[in-house]
Amino acid sequence: MSSITTRDAPRGFSAAEYMTCLTGIVWREGLRFLHQRERFVSALVRPLVWLFIFAAGFRQVLGISIIPPYETYILYEVYIAPGLMAMIQLFNGMQSSLSMVYDREMGNMRTLLVSPLPRGFLLFCKLLAGTAVSLLQVYAFLLIAWLWDITPPPSGYLTVLPALILSGLMLGSLGMLISSGIKQLENFAGVMNFVIFPMFFASSALYPLWRVQEGSPYLYYLCEANPFTHAVELIRFALYGQINWISLAVVAACTIVFMIGAIWAYDPSRGLARRGPAGGEG
Amino acid sequence: MTSPAPITEPRETPRPDPVAAPALSIEGVSHSYGPRRALMDVSFNVQPASFTALLGLNGAGKSTLFSLITRLFGIQSGRVGIFGHDVSKSPGEALRLLGVVFQPRTLDLDLSLTQNLLYHAALHGIGRRDAAARSAELLGRIGLADRAGSKVRDLSGGQMRRLEIARALLHRPRLLLLDEPTVGLDVKARADIISHVRQLVTEQGIGVLWATHLFDEIMAGDDLVVLHQGKVLAQGPMSQVISEAGAQDVNTAFMRLTGAQTMPGGGA
Repeated sequence: MSSITTRDAPRGFSAAEYMTCLTGIVWREGLRFLHQRERFVSALVRPLVWLFIFAAGFRQVLGISIIPPYETYILYEVYIAPGLMAMIQLFNGMQSSLSMVYDREMGNMRTLLVSPLPRGFLLFCKLLAGTAVSLLQVYAFLLIAWLWDITPPPSGYLTVLPALILSGLMLGSLGMLISSGIKQLENFAGVMNFVIFPMFFASSALYPLWRVQEGSPYLYYLCEANPFTHAVELIRFALYGQINWISLAVVAACTIVFMIGAIWAYDPSRGLARRGPAGGEG
Repeated sequence: MTSPAPITEPRETPRPDPVAAPALSIEGVSHSYGPRRALMDVSFNVQPASFTALLGLNGAGKSTLFSLITRLFGIQSGRVGIFGHDVSKSPGEALRLLGVVFQPRTLDLDLSLTQNLLYHAALHGIGRRDAAARSAELLGRIGLADRAGSKVRDLSGGQMRRLEIARALLHRPRLLLLDEPTVGLDVKARADIISHVRQLVTEQGIGVLWATHLFDEIMAGDDLVVLHQGKVLAQGPMSQVISEAGAQDVNTAFMRLTGAQTMPGGGA
């Protein structure tokens, strides 16, 4: 075929173009979320059921001794609040990944991926957008929890923000990594059973780990190795203006690993490419 | 339904280059899904300001080819260039010159027409003010200005397609790919879309690759690429392809080339 003789000089992309792209993706994700009222309601009802019913019932059964970051005896509701915040983000992360599978089936993913900006950047924007949506949900939950007498120090609402952004990115990129391996929407039930439930229950979300250790040392090690435990502890400490350094390190490291994995899996010459066209047409 | 007016925004910089690269060059591209070979050594060019019809039955490899051009799949062998920019090596430069209308609808149904366009503009790094002006202008030209704030869900199939074409033109590409864009549309909507795209070729010099299995969408003077079971069987100006096949019309030429026994669902 004819050889290429001339072409335009590459001009690259400016910082302003990157920012426009980022804000555009976050804006679209926010709009879509606001249009899906059921999703917002169910995202709120889920943790509130745990708070109002489960915690109320367990209050008498589980005594909580004074453990950091708490300085006094606390009610069980107060203990599980950070776990429920992380649960909101866990569900949101998995739901964003679900929407990516849906987008891929419906073709919307194509409009994102034919953007001329680097693909890794596009996926990062998508993750940030999902995290922004999870922040809306978490703060709505905190407002209701405040009415229920779960009152962290006022500055805690601010100090928890960076922790929530990091944990949101970690859980979002985990979801994205998993979504790259899911072929069809129906498989999401499997994600519930094999990812969400084990991660949530084998963590410090519902019970302090020293209590788990009393029951089963093996389960304790499992909980300690669970990145979700560290997301919960990072949020718990940040809500009281403190930093849990170990959790911060684990969550940051996991975020980087999951994110690189997700971007790798969405590389056109790997993940998606192996699977062939969604519609089955050759 | 008003007929869409041609879209004639000023071209950014005309490049009157005597030896300019083709709008699209496909060179020796092969692709397999595991053991199944979807494309075998496919080569052809699309020139600027030309209408090239990619003719093939369902399963011929048209969609695979589109996925390779748009970087959705990695290129296993061969080379795809857009105005000389290699899609694998400098995808950013290649993709910014490319507008695509995929066969499945890819609009956000719950967002408004304007919101859909603004989202696409953002993906191309076009600032908000510029994007709003371009969106309003394009919506006016496809006769949907009064629907700017409606949800896309409330549009007809033909209106959605026109919106998708407007969206593909928002970043002022110089090459436009359309994958069976008239599937599922009524006669009037089909005619509107076809004349709209042909105007883009003649009035703005955009190179168009139009994948179809409907013979009546091809006109004398078009370039033709016949793709069958992953191979290019013939290519060139329509009259040349017909005469080389020893036929009188595209329909017969296609059947002779492919040995097809049954008529594809076109030619109405």
